[in-house]
Amino acid sequence: MKAGFSLFNRSELLFLVILIGLIFIVLPFGLDIFRLNLVGKYLTYAFVALGLVLCWGSGGILSLGQGLFFGLGGYCMAMFLKLEASTPEATKIQSTPGIPDFMDWNQITELPWFWEPFHSLPFTLLAIIAVPTFFAFIIGLAMFTRRVGGVYFAIITQAFAAILTILIIGQQGYTGGVNGITDLRTLLGWDIRTDDAKYVLYFVNGGLLIACLLLAQFIRQCKLGRLLVAMRDQEDRVRFSGYNVANLKIFVFCLAAAISAIGGAMFTLQVGFMSPSFVGIVPSIEMVIYCAVGGRLSLFGAIYGTLLVNYAKTVFSEVLPEVWLFAMGALFIGVVMAFPNGIAGLYQTYLEPKVRRLLEVGGKEPDPVDTSSIAARPAE
Amino acid sequence: MFSDYTMAELGSIFAMQGFAGLSLFSVFVLMALGLAIIFGQMGVINMAHGEFMILGAYVTYLCSNLFSEYLPGLFSIYFFLAMICAFIASGALGMLVEWAMIRHLYKRPLDTLLATWGLSLILQQTYRSVFGAREVGVTIPDWMMGALPLTDIVEIPINGIFVMILTISITVAVYFLMYRSGWGKQVRAVTQNRVMAGAVGINTERTDRLTFGIGCGIAGVAGSAFTMIGSTGPTAGQLYIVDTFLVVVFGGASSLLGTIASAFTISQAQSSIEFFLSGSMAKVLTLLTVVGILMLRPQGLFTLKVRR
Repeated sequence: MKAGFSLFNRSELLFLVILIGLIFIVLPFGLDIFRLNLVGKYLTYAFVALGLVLCWGSGGILSLGQGLFFGLGGYCMAMFLKLEASTPEATKIQSTPGIPDFMDWNQITELPWFWEPFHSLPFTLLAIIAVPTFFAFIIGLAMFTRRVGGVYFAIITQAFAAILTILIIGQQGYTGGVNGITDLRTLLGWDIRTDDAKYVLYFVNGGLLIACLLLAQFIRQCKLGRLLVAMRDQEDRVRFSGYNVANLKIFVFCLAAAISAIGGAMFTLQVGFMSPSFVGIVPSIEMVIYCAVGGRLSLFGAIYGTLLVNYAKTVFSEVLPEVWLFAMGALFIGVVMAFPNGIAGLYQTYLEPKVRRLLEVGGKEPDPVDTSSIAARPAE
Repeated sequence: MFSDYTMAELGSIFAMQGFAGLSLFSVFVLMALGLAIIFGQMGVINMAHGEFMILGAYVTYLCSNLFSEYLPGLFSIYFFLAMICAFIASGALGMLVEWAMIRHLYKRPLDTLLATWGLSLILQQTYRSVFGAREVGVTIPDWMMGALPLTDIVEIPINGIFVMILTISITVAVYFLMYRSGWGKQVRAVTQNRVMAGAVGINTERTDRLTFGIGCGIAGVAGSAFTMIGSTGPTAGQLYIVDTFLVVVFGGASSLLGTIASAFTISQAQSSIEFFLSGSMAKVLTLLTVVGILMLRPQGLFTLKVRR
């Protein structure tokens, strides 16, 4: 294990170089700032897709509530930014200056206690990771130790996403309601709405995404990753071998939640607002399809899948909005029935042999066993 | 929160809210019955169930228009015919879907979930293209209008009673179908042991298709009943789908009695809390309680005692 451990094999290293080239060189130079900002927004969804590759692809746990964690991360960031934008000077026309505008509209005269700590940036950064992870831990602890899994888990995570959406919309005075938290301006005095700031945020986002990718790849390559796959395929055998299956599941679910939350926070920074429409059931399931289109077993596939689906969504909604839902529906059905391993699966079947031959002409040693092509087996 | 009301007022409030809860209960039961047959007996997650229901609602809407246009004399009883049409339309679509899609995915329940979600998106957009994005309502025949005064302050709408009677009769019909008919016996045999059921000569594929078709057909009838108490839009089905799944899971997936009991509990809880808190908080509290109980008792309220 120790001797043969390498984070990437040769073809995966090539993918990484291509991806980094694409995110950091091709896209920033090839697109204007408006489009680049859109790509940045898509890439924040890719965090969720990465989490799902770990949780669903490797671990076999399908969560339909990832929007919950994306949203919690995003809302934590938005609360900090909103408080910074709501200085007493900026809000002096309100009946209570110094609180966010939507609170004033809802006749709230005092900042609620849970908003108070979000004056501090270090606390906010901690909360972005800690709050969603905490919720994931509670949900995971309750579900997995009682051996609830499969479709039941999927339905219950979906219910949680629904609960949070209803709560946010219902408690308008505390959360901004259906409009969400809007009109975010500065981060520690730095205006996030300028083009320069958007460039910087895009690169920070790309860097974080690559970091999360490396972390996820590390987990997949070490012993834990192998245990996850084993657990997906034969849960009982892993349990009988003396491992605590529930703890494994809780860990991977929490990790997926934390990664999604980072995406949510970056979303708020780049897009400039956060609203319940990125939390509920529909966005949560859409995030699953990003991952499924890219290939639920492939980290790189998940990122490309996210970009592709979102690109298609933007193009369709600009040109033929009524066709989009048909296309999306067909995508769901097609990806499940015909290409269960998504783009990555297609690549492995058709393109990889050719690429491998090309690589072998250049180098001498053959590729080591490709761990990413663990036999595609439907969950359950 | 109770101190502001007198005892008599409280009684009436609970009676009225209880009745409002019963209307919600009827919708839940009708939707959950179809879902419980499909999910409980076949293990298939049908996320497009709400859209099958909406299909039934649109069929009723078409029938209502057709009758008021060409057969105004029979308008007062059009609803019964509409219900049958809704059952046939949704059932036929269900069987088609089973044949084209679901039967390939029986071994992958999580994938059926995604595929049927895709189907629901397609159906939604179809409804939007055909019937428009606006909500449509049907014309209720005269005899269903109005309300029955029970006491001075308590009044009960007639269409509510009608929907409730409908719910009860459909539930009874489903009970007989599942537990007293040859087909029901076959379905239950296939659920318990597919291979063995095949070995004793049950055509499992046909049984599956019929089960799915009937489950969807009942959803169509639910949609038909739904038009009596609310209006129909292309996305109305999606609003109910998670609630309905929770109803089915909460009741214990393979128990009809459990489904009814949990639909009753959830709808009553929601509508009585609704009066004292806001609607959204009522929903949050109910859902949280249900999820909380499910965490303690994942198999649901009622379970089938089978040796696994």
